[in-house]
Amino acid sequence: MIKDQDFLKDKASYCLDLAKKIGATDASVTIGHSISETVNFRNKNLDESNRSDGLAFSIDIYIDKKKSSISSSNLLDENLNTLIEKCYETTKITPDDAFNSLPDKNLLADSHKKLNIYDNTHIENDKKIQYLKELENTVAEDKKIVNTESSFTEKKSNFILANSDGFCSGYKTSSFTASCVAVAKDENSMERDYEYTSKRYFDDIKDPQTLGKLASHQTIRKLSPKKIGSEKLSVIFDKRIAKGMLSAFASAISSSAIARGTSFLKDQINKQIFSNSINIIDKPDIIKGLGSKNFDSEGVKSETLNLVKEGELKNYLVDSYNGRKLNLQSNGRSGGTTNLYFENGKQSYEELLKINSKCIYITETIGHGSNLVTGDYSVGATGFLVEEGEFRYPINEITIAGNFKDMFKNIFLANDLDFEYSTNSPTMLIEGMTVAGK
Amino acid sequence: MSNFFDKSDLARKDAENIVSDTLKNCDDGELYLEDSQSESVVLDDNKIKSSNYSSDLGFGFRAVSNEVVAYSYSNEISKDSLNSSAKNLQSTLKSIKGTYNNEIPKSNKKFYNDINPIEQKTLNSKLEVLNKVNEYLRKKDRAVKQVTANFLGEHKSIEIIRSGGEAITDIRPLIRFNVSVMLEKDGRKETGVYGIGGRQSYDDYLQNDNWKSVCEEAFRIASVNLESKPAPAGEMQVVLGPGWPAILIHEAIGHGLEGDFNRKKTSAFHNLMGEKVASEGVTIVDDGTINNRRGSLTIDDEGTPTERTVLIENGILKNFMQDRLNARLMNTRSTGSGRRENYRHVVLPRMRNTMMLSGKQTQDEMIKSVDKGIFAVSFGGGQVDITSGKFVFNCTEAYEIVNGKIGSPIKGATLIGDGPSILKEVSMVGNDMMLDPGIGTCGKAGQGVPVGVAQPSILIDKMTVGGTKL
Repeated sequence: MIKDQDFLKDKASYCLDLAKKIGATDASVTIGHSISETVNFRNKNLDESNRSDGLAFSIDIYIDKKKSSISSSNLLDENLNTLIEKCYETTKITPDDAFNSLPDKNLLADSHKKLNIYDNTHIENDKKIQYLKELENTVAEDKKIVNTESSFTEKKSNFILANSDGFCSGYKTSSFTASCVAVAKDENSMERDYEYTSKRYFDDIKDPQTLGKLASHQTIRKLSPKKIGSEKLSVIFDKRIAKGMLSAFASAISSSAIARGTSFLKDQINKQIFSNSINIIDKPDIIKGLGSKNFDSEGVKSETLNLVKEGELKNYLVDSYNGRKLNLQSNGRSGGTTNLYFENGKQSYEELLKINSKCIYITETIGHGSNLVTGDYSVGATGFLVEEGEFRYPINEITIAGNFKDMFKNIFLANDLDFEYSTNSPTMLIEGMTVAGK
Repeated sequence: MSNFFDKSDLARKDAENIVSDTLKNCDDGELYLEDSQSESVVLDDNKIKSSNYSSDLGFGFRAVSNEVVAYSYSNEISKDSLNSSAKNLQSTLKSIKGTYNNEIPKSNKKFYNDINPIEQKTLNSKLEVLNKVNEYLRKKDRAVKQVTANFLGEHKSIEIIRSGGEAITDIRPLIRFNVSVMLEKDGRKETGVYGIGGRQSYDDYLQNDNWKSVCEEAFRIASVNLESKPAPAGEMQVVLGPGWPAILIHEAIGHGLEGDFNRKKTSAFHNLMGEKVASEGVTIVDDGTINNRRGSLTIDDEGTPTERTVLIENGILKNFMQDRLNARLMNTRSTGSGRRENYRHVVLPRMRNTMMLSGKQTQDEMIKSVDKGIFAVSFGGGQVDITSGKFVFNCTEAYEIVNGKIGSPIKGATLIGDGPSILKEVSMVGNDMMLDPGIGTCGKAGQGVPVGVAQPSILIDKMTVGGTKL
């Protein structure tokens, strides 16, 4: 059973009291508990079962403008005493930093919206196994599929965040995730692809047949890929890749990157960084949203932010520490974005495919090719050649490259936004990228 | 050595009994106990930004029957907790029977000392070094606009209890020291990063003001990048420098030779044992036994002593890397490659220090032989798709080669290649094998483990460079 709020609150106040007693001027503590149960299948047979049950504790101790932190998984009082004393001793010899302090009291979350992010349903292992059996039977219907690995995970978490200014709050969350990785083979090649579904509520996940058909189709269509020549081309990013552009954008507007001067988007507030049809929103209160929350990792209230409006950058993602450095108020984004998305574009998916007579459609990228200091982008990619709006053949062993500053201005979006993940994008077209192949 | 039982209601004898009882009808499995401390001290933006300490204690209980693994972990070492894990394992494996294999090879060799690097150096002296790094770099050049430096230290004590009560222990120190510097000149910003580390004390690495050479190297890389031009795009010859660029070997070849992917036949190498997979003169080993290296281990996380495993010998595929489970199912022996990030994770076959051995040519000969290509000196991260064999890595320092001469530095570009065929494109192997400075972390199935790499300079005849200049 997941530990209840009272257990976590008791531990949190024990830690805060102890820290204050030994001389901390302020402290902030997080206590969390999560249980997760996973069953893995491979080629229609049980492969692995995994149960994890973990407590976590972390504390920030302040002595005026000095601060240090400690974390542990061992919540026995004796261990907490030792660690909190050690943390206090460390804090004493850590140099002052004028920007260190708890978040402004008036920014702390004081009311909670009902977000429906906890489903108490427990799925017994036998039921997980039944789901995976149906999933793998569907995937393997086509004889080209030679290997399947799938898994089902149920996760329940609870946490309390408390600080010495009187903030004390937390809540339970749940997630149910099913995934399938398939390998297909023909005379020329062996290819792998995947599909997954993850929701707060068990009833909302895709049924095993739907998931299996997607995984199977997406894998088989990659067989017998070709390598194409090097040229400037328009690149269409499948939704599951397009969201990565948003993640790169979010990292570049984090207040820590801005304050350190290590972002290509520094000093761009109120400037046009996308074409004027682009709007980017971070919305923390989507019902059942995978990124939904009432407050950030410091307890600061999170409200909807229009990060980009008609192509202009309107907000950074600000936490308390970096906000003070930049003379900005925290907007409740310590720990990052919540439910981040591009608003829909005007054209349909089919229209997007036809904008250019020749383009490539990317379903997977590999490598860590985003440089957020310079904006340079270069990654390995696999996908399809598209001509006159039709998928011609699969392609691989190519790279796509550009610079985010140019790429952002050349983004066109389809109108097919879904809220499948915590960060979501419609299908995306970027014109004028360099494709390197043969 | 940690005593995992002195603060628990669980006596060692009870634990042994639960383990033996749970595993009696299984093929393999163990109770893995772990007590670790880690520390991170970071200087950033002219200040000590954070000083974090964390301690972690827990167990992972594994039962293996046939191909099925049941795993359960908890960070509460108690009778209740171990019993409920045992129940969980038994319910998964209720209908599968096996025969427990008690055999674990033994060795007296140790590849690092029982030290706790975190406690060996005071926090004050760490802060002092970090502040010196910041001052040194900022004084060096006005173009220096940002300096980040950090110490990462870890001390891990593990114990493996097998059915029948056999206990195997290990103490593992690990440290890393990193410097990152950002330069700005004429509106252009570039970063240079360098680090060192391994399984020794901080002072083993930082004697004689060695931190200065780490600063110099980070500064040099950033300076080179300030002058870089857009990288070319397309297929061309590539010369790789010695040392860290061996992550190419790690990504392109190493992962594909891990036992699990080959047993499951999802690796592009699964049917190539004994075949020629590389040019003549190419020999690759995976070695866990080099003293004090980041990827070295006295025993792996199943208790098997590590070894030097020959993967490819003179171009011929000789061995896969194995943990106990995959070795048993493939009728071979464990190569001491069973590793896990910590007690929260199951064991997988993983790399340790993966090395291509020296050949006969010089780097000069390689450069001179190239009409149009690039010379890659250092890389950021890499990644591989095991099934298709395609892999990438990102250059952090590279130059163009024009008519046999090194030309201008080029911007970070991704290189992409095909694992099973890339080693056949190696046309020269240098005589200058070098180990990396001790900074690698390899990710697989959500688990990060410290690894090392090494190689001499090599010439690859054909790779795709992912630049922007056509």
